[in-house]
Amino acid sequence: MSITTDHSKATADAAHKHQYNGTTVPDKSRADRLLSFDADAFGMPTGREENWRFSPMRDIAALLEDKETGEHLEASYPELPQGVSITTIDAEQFRERAVRAPGDRASAVAAARAEGAMALAVAPGTIVAEPIRITVTGTGQSARQAISLDVGTSAEVTVIIERKGSAVVGEFTSVHVADNASLNLVLIQDWDADAIHVGEVVAKLDRDARLRQSVVTLGGKVVRLNTSAALAGEGASVDLYGLYFADSGQHQEHQLFVDHVAPRCRSRVTYKGALAGKTARTVWIGDVLIRAAAEGTDTYELNRNLVLTDGARADSVPNLEIETGEIEGAGHASATGRFDEEQMFYLRSRGITEDAARRLVVRGFFADLVQQIGVPEVEKGLMRAIDQELEQITDGEDES
Amino acid sequence: MSTLVIKNLHVTVDTPEGVIEILKGVDLTISSGETHAIMGPNGSGKSTLAYSIAGHPKYTITEGSVTLDGEDVLAMTVDERARAGLFLAMQYPVEVPGVSVSNFLRTAKTAIEGEAPKLRHWVKDVKTSMEKLRMDPAFAERNVNEGFSGGEKKRHEILQMELLSPKIAILDETDSGLDVDALRVVSEGVNRVKEDTGLGVMLITHYTRILNYITPDYVHVFVNGRIAEEGGPELAERLEAEGYDRFPVEA
Repeated sequence: MSITTDHSKATADAAHKHQYNGTTVPDKSRADRLLSFDADAFGMPTGREENWRFSPMRDIAALLEDKETGEHLEASYPELPQGVSITTIDAEQFRERAVRAPGDRASAVAAARAEGAMALAVAPGTIVAEPIRITVTGTGQSARQAISLDVGTSAEVTVIIERKGSAVVGEFTSVHVADNASLNLVLIQDWDADAIHVGEVVAKLDRDARLRQSVVTLGGKVVRLNTSAALAGEGASVDLYGLYFADSGQHQEHQLFVDHVAPRCRSRVTYKGALAGKTARTVWIGDVLIRAAAEGTDTYELNRNLVLTDGARADSVPNLEIETGEIEGAGHASATGRFDEEQMFYLRSRGITEDAARRLVVRGFFADLVQQIGVPEVEKGLMRAIDQELEQITDGEDES
Repeated sequence: MSTLVIKNLHVTVDTPEGVIEILKGVDLTISSGETHAIMGPNGSGKSTLAYSIAGHPKYTITEGSVTLDGEDVLAMTVDERARAGLFLAMQYPVEVPGVSVSNFLRTAKTAIEGEAPKLRHWVKDVKTSMEKLRMDPAFAERNVNEGFSGGEKKRHEILQMELLSPKIAILDETDSGLDVDALRVVSEGVNRVKEDTGLGVMLITHYTRILNYITPDYVHVFVNGRIAEEGGPELAERLEAEGYDRFPVEA
């Protein structure tokens, strides 16, 4: 079974809404959602709220409690190039520097209880060719984190944040891309199988700024990593890519919000996921808002899910809200499909074994996306990681 | 010298309306170098015969046997059948997004041969074969069957047949939907492979036109899940003139 929508010619339509799996997306504007540094302002979510309704509330309960944990995750990185600094700032400074307040209780708790935020700043005009790779390795901590990334005017940089090991992490990340600056941000969730990670990235793009963010979620028991990008300056451009692969016992959730505030900005959202195993679970929600002032907007969002085995469940909810008719283009597409038996038959009828055929199809499914990341070392590692995920499926089938 | 022997083949398919028997006892023997045309009206079971031999999971063999040089084909998986030397050129080749033609061909060749082909020879073989089938070299970098025209898909099937060198090939309505130029190119390709490798061919077709380009040694008329009549090339001419009307179709 597959559900497909493709409204590449969607026009201004305030009541634009979709029905999926019997649930209706409410008409209330995405812009009205509460933002606050005060955890209590959000109350305690029950799991029935719009932004929590797909999440495994029991698994993430600890990250909603507004208290200190006294534990930290260490970040390691090589010597930084000229013009790039990483410092620790306090909660007060972080609040001042953040591009906006947290969008849910978990983020508000993370920001308030982080006990010092990691602040990476790139001085205006700094051009860094080599990626800056920050590795965060959990060793069983329960940690709340705040991160600030600040890319100065006309600076260009690639930042990779890779998470490994085991931890329970709540995280709030603020990203500021100043006028004409370019940030290529890669967030890799390669956690051990028991990790819980609930995070929110909020980005603000100034005039002519470019942000390319690639989210790669392969590990962890629960990863819920939401991204909001506000196109605040004219001519800004954002590409949000995501690649996820969920096995049995994994919940991977990515909620996106692209906020077209300024005119003549461009946004592309492309998330692709594969699911294998009876209890594999993925959620993708993609909200795009084109505000009245955002004339000349060009936006497209796409989510594709490839269900490899029975029982796995992928939810995919695209929402497009348009407040001006003067746009360049706005569309979205969402499709969740079963692994195609006819593709398998075709490949196998040419002598290719079942495992090799599956590998070809899944690699093919992800190939164009992986090529978009724009960091060769990440791209190569990713194809290897996808192969490893596929090898695990074969093991899983043997057990059952 | 290879021989494909089909004996008393009965095949059923599950439909929402229940199990339906499509093949009702097919006997057919094809040896290297021979071309057998299988002709018949729509729904007579021609494609079912092709897909059953290739091992499509949709079809259940209830009776009979298929052997290739004495080996039990029906006991083999789909990919084992291909490695044993069977090839099915499909009527509707499947799109495989994200997999380039060149990667697909190399992977298939490696699987069939049990080792990767020598790069230099392989590149030359692919290039030569594509030229003969009048395929643009840019084709190799396109995704398998994605956005291919009907003619391009069929040429791509014959390209695979040439490069994988099977013993017996089943061409399932390779001529359907082709304009005459494409039909000529595809037919030349089949004839070339036959000449070069002594390929045995089961040529399934609805129309007689392809038989102007590929001369069959035998013609079998397929009606209602069985071979109703057999003969030489002259039988095809008779069908061209008379159609299938004289063969009673059972209810």
